[in-house]
Amino acid sequence: MRASFSLIVVLLALATVPLAADARSDAKKHVEFGVTVAQKGLWREAILQWERAAQIDPTYAAAQNNLAIAYEHEGELDKARTAYEKALAIEPNNSYIKQNYELFKEINDRTTRKDGQ
Amino acid sequence: MTARHARTVSSLVAVLLLAACTNYYEIPIETPIRPKLDVTGFQRVLVAGFISGGTDDVDSNLETTRLLRSQLRTKSDLRVIDTDVLPLMDVANEGQNTSTGVVGTPAAIKEEKDLEPYERLFANVEYWKKIGEEYQQPLIVTGTIMFTPQQRNSIVQREVERYDSFGRRQVTPQRTYVERKGFALRPKFVFIDGRTGTVMHSERFAEEILYNANQTTPALSSYFELMDRLIPSFLNTLSSQKIKGTRVLLQ
Repeated sequence: MRASFSLIVVLLALATVPLAADARSDAKKHVEFGVTVAQKGLWREAILQWERAAQIDPTYAAAQNNLAIAYEHEGELDKARTAYEKALAIEPNNSYIKQNYELFKEINDRTTRKDGQ
Repeated sequence: MTARHARTVSSLVAVLLLAACTNYYEIPIETPIRPKLDVTGFQRVLVAGFISGGTDDVDSNLETTRLLRSQLRTKSDLRVIDTDVLPLMDVANEGQNTSTGVVGTPAAIKEEKDLEPYERLFANVEYWKKIGEEYQQPLIVTGTIMFTPQQRNSIVQREVERYDSFGRRQVTPQRTYVERKGFALRPKFVFIDGRTGTVMHSERFAEEILYNANQTTPALSSYFELMDRLIPSFLNTLSSQKIKGTRVLLQ
């Protein structure tokens, strides 16, 4: 009984691995295409691709990072901050994301600085 | 292998793996920044002048007025009013206790605290409303400027390169006492609605530049160098700006 339960758990675990892998590879295609169009200056299209990637695989940090950059480029700073925070929550030690976020914060702080009036 | 070595090696491996697995692309971006103030109701801007203090080597009032007018002429949609700089110091001193609301002004402005009595001038609605009427109700830019000499002495560590008798290069750290001189610029820009005479927004900045004591840099050149750093932020108060930068896209 105990052995069959363990077997079921293992089989279930194995079954979910390809699903996750499929989601990631599907999301990766959107991320890659997003990068290609962003490099051509088509940021709106890139946003659609990365939003789709983030929808397919919400644990894909690259999709969130790229989305944040695209939002920054479009001047949607609140959305950019949220996306950077999501990316960092997924991969807190990723130095590229950390660096992008620091640069973003520098600009964002500049826009919010005020002298009590 | 100690636990510390093992940790170092494993983090190195992790970094290498991350670098090997991640494709990254540097991409230039331009972040559009919306203006902090809504100035759509104005067609004209009057850079009225500033209450300034600090060094006598630079007339910060005149230089700042000239510089801001020329920047606004080329980088904003507002029409810049060309007129003489308002003698704000005289106005404040003449009207003590009465029209300007300024009381107990110091003879010379040498420190930041000397500016405090003048701050009330910017809150004098009647005065600014009168100026607004005179110039067809523009947006008025005024404020305070402190441009002061700075001196800092400190111990810094430098790497000194030496070659021994066998021609081998040796680098040794050496602690040296360094004397540095320069300037600090602390402006406060005040934006006043010329239609109502009220303050719409104000913003403070602080910039500093230091050189080696043996280097002679004219005060005016330091002033422009420091103003260069904060002009984008000043302009962003009135008009939208694009900030260029680079980010890393990941795959």
